[in-house]
Amino acid sequence: MDATILGLLLLDALQNGVIYGLMAVGLVLVFAVTRVILVPIGELLMFAPLSLVWLHSGKLPGTLALALALGLLWALLARGRGGLWPLLGGLGLFLLFLLALKAPLLAYPASVLLVVYLGVATYRVFFQPMREATVLAYLIMAVGLHVAYQGLGLVFFGPEQYRPAPLLSGEVVVGLSWQGVLVLLFAGAAVLGLYLFFRLSLYGKALLAAAQNRLGARLSGIRPEEAGMVAFAIASLLAGISGLLLAPLINAAYFMGFMLGLKGFVAAILGGLVSYPVALLGALLVGLFESLTSFYASAYKEALVFLLLVPALFLQSLRARAVEE
Amino acid sequence: MRYLWFALLLLPLLLAPFPFYLTLLNFFALSALVALSLYVLTGLGGMTSFAQAAFMGMGAYATALLTVKGGFSPWLGLLLGLALSFLLALVLGGLTVRLKGHFLPLSTIAWQVALYILAGNLVGLTGGHTGLTDLPPLLLLGLPLDNTFRYAFLGLFLLVLSVLALQNLRESRLGRALLALRGDALAAASFGVDPAGLRLKAFLLAGVMAGLAGFLYAHFLRFVNPTPFSLEASIKYLVMAVAGGVGAIPGVLLGAALFTGLEDWLKDLLPLLLGRQGNYETIAYGLVLAAILILAPRGLWPLLARYLPQKEGRLPQEAPLPLKPPSGARGEVVLEAQGLRKAFGGLLAVSGVSFTLRRGEILALIGPNGAGKTTVFNLITGAILPDGGRVFLFGREITGLPPYRIHPLGLGRTFQHPHLFPELSVLENVALGTYARTRAGFPQVLLGLHRKEEGRALALAYQALKRVGLESLALEKAERLPAGQQRLLEIARVLASGAEVLLLDEPGAGLRAGEKRELAHLLRSLSREGYTILIVDHDMDLIMGLADRVVVMNYGEKIAEGTPMEVQRNPLVRAAYLGEVA
Repeated sequence: MDATILGLLLLDALQNGVIYGLMAVGLVLVFAVTRVILVPIGELLMFAPLSLVWLHSGKLPGTLALALALGLLWALLARGRGGLWPLLGGLGLFLLFLLALKAPLLAYPASVLLVVYLGVATYRVFFQPMREATVLAYLIMAVGLHVAYQGLGLVFFGPEQYRPAPLLSGEVVVGLSWQGVLVLLFAGAAVLGLYLFFRLSLYGKALLAAAQNRLGARLSGIRPEEAGMVAFAIASLLAGISGLLLAPLINAAYFMGFMLGLKGFVAAILGGLVSYPVALLGALLVGLFESLTSFYASAYKEALVFLLLVPALFLQSLRARAVEE
Repeated sequence: MRYLWFALLLLPLLLAPFPFYLTLLNFFALSALVALSLYVLTGLGGMTSFAQAAFMGMGAYATALLTVKGGFSPWLGLLLGLALSFLLALVLGGLTVRLKGHFLPLSTIAWQVALYILAGNLVGLTGGHTGLTDLPPLLLLGLPLDNTFRYAFLGLFLLVLSVLALQNLRESRLGRALLALRGDALAAASFGVDPAGLRLKAFLLAGVMAGLAGFLYAHFLRFVNPTPFSLEASIKYLVMAVAGGVGAIPGVLLGAALFTGLEDWLKDLLPLLLGRQGNYETIAYGLVLAAILILAPRGLWPLLARYLPQKEGRLPQEAPLPLKPPSGARGEVVLEAQGLRKAFGGLLAVSGVSFTLRRGEILALIGPNGAGKTTVFNLITGAILPDGGRVFLFGREITGLPPYRIHPLGLGRTFQHPHLFPELSVLENVALGTYARTRAGFPQVLLGLHRKEEGRALALAYQALKRVGLESLALEKAERLPAGQQRLLEIARVLASGAEVLLLDEPGAGLRAGEKRELAHLLRSLSREGYTILIVDHDMDLIMGLADRVVVMNYGEKIAEGTPMEVQRNPLVRAAYLGEVA
């Protein structure tokens, strides 16, 4: 390995690592607020670029039908006036998609909004009716949704791989495209934005409070459902934009999301599912480890990433109390 | 009754004219075996695994490699397969059982995916996605099991044996302890259950069961490739178990039967509907799972079981395990706390509390709300670690030991808010107390060799229930007891454990006046028999009439100690309770 290759590997590691990091931050946030381990985050990521490809080729994607169907269920479950919002949102989304068929630039926000709407609807339709369920039941639900959404992705978009046109073309230096720079900039902006949101805004603080102590938050007027919706919305937003920015660099296909999400998990577990900064650092480590293994043992790189879990779980085991109350 | 399960072996005879259904029957037996492994994990232990298909893969590839590449006997392949799945479970479980509950299932997803990738990529060893072909048929007493009819007998026979073994597990100290762990790890640990150790053993059992299913799978198809050992397959087994009802063995079998049929039907139907070939049945699995979790979280079986005749509970007839009365000189020190200190963040909950407990006495720990009494209990019993100070039990230091190591030394406790298992009967709740006094391990229990000990343990539990006057409710579910009787149930559980030093946290709360008198009478006679009692309560009439000595705490500190008369006259105590200027 010479310096050039090392540089390329490091750039690759950074570019992938920040995406894993955003996934990990979304996962930790959703887990903290709702106790849901959002396994289908990868599918939400995958839906964005594939919906975009469909819009750009002049077709309405099947994901729109899925989002509207879940929106309808959401409205039915919410009953009364609360049901108005999902219906209005769904209508707006539908109109936006019709417009985006004519105006290609609108397709970008349309795809991201679709994913956010879908994410929030997923929470309201599938997770919220299970309220007060165990973490285990939530996890089983999440895994079920992962296979269902991935299967639906196959139905909607077929097994082919697509490469949407990058937002910015060309390379800054060899190995770093402008699109890659965009990924890094977005990751930086997202982390900074989340930090400011949680530190400065009342709403962000309320969300953290709800994550710390649900009962206490409810007693001080923070509705847990609302906090859950916001957490899902933020995680979906991160996933949707990440998917759009990443797809021109790697191929977009129905199976792309799961491995990305899973590496986000590895990073989140490195942070014990509680720490945002450690999860972010963990994500960079995952990216680095993956880059190096892809150089030395490329066939196994997807499997070897999970080896990182061994020392992380071992260390956390040593610190764990024998009996949890 | 229990051997009625063997009637399943008649199925191949009934289905003999229909080769297609014989094949499905074989798949049912294999799937049910894997789904049963999830009964152990999820139904009993409150954990789950998304890697059961990977354990199957261990069993399948082990035998395939030995028989195809090495030409060895399949039975050697079985041994290697079981050993490999055991080892895999040991590594995965060993890394995660001590962590919070969600780490285990979450990491099983990762291992499952990694092993699947390895199976596809280690082409030299596993044949990659083409797999390994031409496995030899199993030979049983010289008879080759080379058709679906014969093979179904083997699969179903092993399935029935597993069902019987798991029924034994459910009706044993280990099954009870697993159920208890799922509900309330602290209560289970307070009666000698080592949470991490027991979880690991359940995980090992589940892994080996799936490995066995993998071995059967390999010699049934006589071909292995990675596809049936994917994450999707693992999820399929979980869907089976959860949809059928993972809390009951018949539910798991029901789920396996339903989905084995459904899978075949979906594989034909969905591509027709969608006009394309592909693995679309995963969509149905996911959505069925979601619907079940929302609409019937306990699965389909409880909905059916309501219409079936309920099995009558039975009171134990065996001779109870001997309860040896406490021995040793009255008045000798049995428990000593020295300078206990504990802070929660900035709040000093307990600060330098020392006292001794002498055999046969009733020592009351009183103080206003928030004085730190329950924290003292938790420090002594090992539920939380002290920041400073030491605790000795029978002269032996127990500071920092976990509750499940302290309890067997002779210390039992009740909880301020009863920690019971609402779905278990009153008798079984008490029987959890006998965990540390009984010995049957997994091998004995699975083979059913524990029944005598189990009967005697239940009899001891019944005897303890009689002592607190709840014997007429023995077969009721614990959730149906009012709060006061739940406290008595907790006392019975401590008595059944054979502990000599009893820590009772507000045993009188929620009792009526008459019940309180009976409680006082019971505690007095226990102390006469040599039991030593440390009691926390807010009822001053009860305490002052009962206690030999009283320790008074306020704001985490001990402010007085003495006979009831002495502390009642103590100005500091009066100030703490009444706000008088001392």
